[in-house]
Amino acid sequence: MTPLLAIGPAPLALEPIVAAVTESRGEGRGMDGAVAVFLGTVRNHNAGRSVSYLVYEAYEPLALRSFERISTEVTEKWPGVNLALHHRTGRLEIGEASVAIAAASAHRADAFSACRYTIERVKQIAPIWKREFFEGGDVWIEGATADPDDEMARAKAERAACA
Amino acid sequence: MRVTVRLFARLRDITGASELGRDVAPDATIRSVWRQLVAEFPDLRDYERSISSAVNADYARMDQKISDGDEVAFLPPVSGG
Repeated sequence: MTPLLAIGPAPLALEPIVAAVTESRGEGRGMDGAVAVFLGTVRNHNAGRSVSYLVYEAYEPLALRSFERISTEVTEKWPGVNLALHHRTGRLEIGEASVAIAAASAHRADAFSACRYTIERVKQIAPIWKREFFEGGDVWIEGATADPDDEMARAKAERAACA
Repeated sequence: MRVTVRLFARLRDITGASELGRDVAPDATIRSVWRQLVAEFPDLRDYERSISSAVNADYARMDQKISDGDEVAFLPPVSGG
């Protein structure tokens, strides 16, 4: 059975996580009327640079705890949603998926919102870094200072999710 | 007492190690471990205001006290997704 939350070097696929969110409902199986999915993929350009490939690094035990936290936040905000979140590590070529999210719900609005909220929170608090290799060099990309207790950041993720 | 320091991404590049064992004072906090590292690797200073920290794979504030054998991690701004 595919775990709902995972991080590691294996290539990502949507079908297993869609199956995981709908089939792990226990007695509630069949309750879902929508599964929203999101795939983040490696883009061939960034900040005016021609990207060759990315290498992702993670502090895996803390990343998994962050995923658990995000999943709990989602369930608090959208009680009927069942969430799967997988992130890949290691070298990824252009077009490959770095993150895969599936959110199952009785109705589409919550599924879409939970999916969007989850990717925003991953970018805010998951201890994961991408190193961009481009023509002529490489650079670690540095985004947000990770602070899971930053309520402003969380509110921003909720706004992005139209929640 | 002795702690294991974990460093990631650019911080690992600066120190040249993903894991360092360090002796620290008995009343050490995460911040005092960080300052000890900055003294050793001055380029870390640029990250003073943007790092996050964790103890034993759980996010923790810089003023948290640490214990013998703890794993203390310093995290530059994240860029997952």
